[in-house]
Amino acid sequence: MSSEQRGLAITGLNHYYGDRRALCDISFSIEPATITALLGPNGSGKTTLFQIVTTLLPTNPGHVSVFGHDVVREANAARRSIGVVFQSPALDERLTVTENLRTHGQLYGLRGTQLISRIRATLGLVTLDGRAGDLVGTLSGGLRRRVEIAKALLPQPRLLILDEPSTGLDPGARRELWKHLQRLRDSLGTTVLLTTHLMNEAADSDTVAVLHEGQMVARGTPRELVAEVGGDVILVTARDVETLARDIRTRFDQPVDIVDGRVRIERNEGRAFISELVDAFDDRIDSVNFGKPTLEDVFLHYTGHRWN
Amino acid sequence: MLLATYALWRRDIVRFLRQRSRIAGALGTPVVFWILLGSGVGRSFTVGTLGVPAGGYLEYFYPGTLALILLFTAIFSTISVIEDRHEGFLQGVLVAPAPRLAIVLGKVLGGTTLALLQAAVFLLLAPLANTPIPVAALPLLVLVLAVFAFALTGLGFALAWLLDSTQGFHAIMNLVLFPMWFLSGAVFPSSGSAGWVQFVMSVNPMTYGVSAIRTILTDSGPSGIMSVIGPLSFITVFGLMTLGGATWVVYARSPR
Repeated sequence: MSSEQRGLAITGLNHYYGDRRALCDISFSIEPATITALLGPNGSGKTTLFQIVTTLLPTNPGHVSVFGHDVVREANAARRSIGVVFQSPALDERLTVTENLRTHGQLYGLRGTQLISRIRATLGLVTLDGRAGDLVGTLSGGLRRRVEIAKALLPQPRLLILDEPSTGLDPGARRELWKHLQRLRDSLGTTVLLTTHLMNEAADSDTVAVLHEGQMVARGTPRELVAEVGGDVILVTARDVETLARDIRTRFDQPVDIVDGRVRIERNEGRAFISELVDAFDDRIDSVNFGKPTLEDVFLHYTGHRWN
Repeated sequence: MLLATYALWRRDIVRFLRQRSRIAGALGTPVVFWILLGSGVGRSFTVGTLGVPAGGYLEYFYPGTLALILLFTAIFSTISVIEDRHEGFLQGVLVAPAPRLAIVLGKVLGGTTLALLQAAVFLLLAPLANTPIPVAALPLLVLVLAVFAFALTGLGFALAWLLDSTQGFHAIMNLVLFPMWFLSGAVFPSSGSAGWVQFVMSVNPMTYGVSAIRTILTDSGPSGIMSVIGPLSFITVFGLMTLGGATWVVYARSPR
């Protein structure tokens, strides 16, 4: 597949802050018209990666191209294809909602009736029609977030990058946003790359990528990733979790984690293992929970961190 | 390119009109300076010596005050570059496909416009300084003020881009910009100064701006107009240099 046919193509990308390596040799590409969720603990390099893709930080070394346009050599062509919602606010509080959108639209070359009708349509989309004339400084955090999203959607970018777009939105607004992203993907072929702290959003994405300490540690459809973790997940509550975990480890030669004050075991044939476990430590176990792995387990498996 | 410049220019004007306190800062302060210093010094300088005109120090100090209004407006409008960075607005601008020159121009032209508006208000006070408003030479005066304001705003932009804090900008203002204004002939003429001061004044771009303003205000006839060409060319070159410098720092401190 040529780079023009890829929404986003990243090869051999590194980034250093002084001596600290924030991104280590990242390579991956995103197909057009898909939604990709990028997951990773704080400090895993997500924000750095977004800043490079959006041309705010240099690529050194490595290559990033957006719909075939290199973000360094053809920065403006790449910028034209990208819409961004940053995690930090990027609005002018002294301007009204409409004025913010108009300024932004003009920076993307929109003008006249096209600009006005786009602004109206986009405000309708994020249900902000009634607040168009309000100063952004007077809006609540959730409403401001919607203005940010409207701003990113306004130029109808081919690649939409959203850093925690759901933060500050109520569940209804989140569902609306998500439905809209899916509509954009299906009708306009928009490619979406987002970070999220919500399980269901990651599960609804076409692709999930996990970033850990600057490295891409896992990538695939949610189903594939869950299958990779494999087996079953057993969670045990007990009075003395530490000792129990150690004893299970030595007796069954089985890797064991302690997560949220519970003993966590990943293994195949979990059902049979539970009876062995209960036989061995009956008096020390309070309860046993048995289930199939979820994306939360995928995250834990690859990063060693709990989701969130 | 023009659209992006217009968008950012318009934003600056709207913001200014919504922050009335800025008018007090950029126009009020120089006017108070002018009245207090102008009247206070009064006739301590003998008329005729040191280039002090018949109208006394109030008259001598008038062109310098105009320059101070331009300088203050330039500083106040470019300090917002630092605020924009902290508030995140700048990030949104930098990811847009607008040429970096257009981004710089939007800000610089915004500052220039605001400076001109405030200078125009102060110009109405000219008769109080025994200085008739030079009606015939008004277009030339506006041109000089515009070029001068453009150059100062460009300088302010470049400095603001390189600094992380508004405190740092205030320090630069007190250590660099204010002394430049002091040594521009705004407060005292170069004749009669120490040799090194005369030298600094002769290489200080602000000297040429103040000199051009003073010439138009005192002699709006053909000879005055001819003698403005030199200083005007000087500050035009200075303005293009600060614009180039400002655009360069935007490229250098953020990728293309």
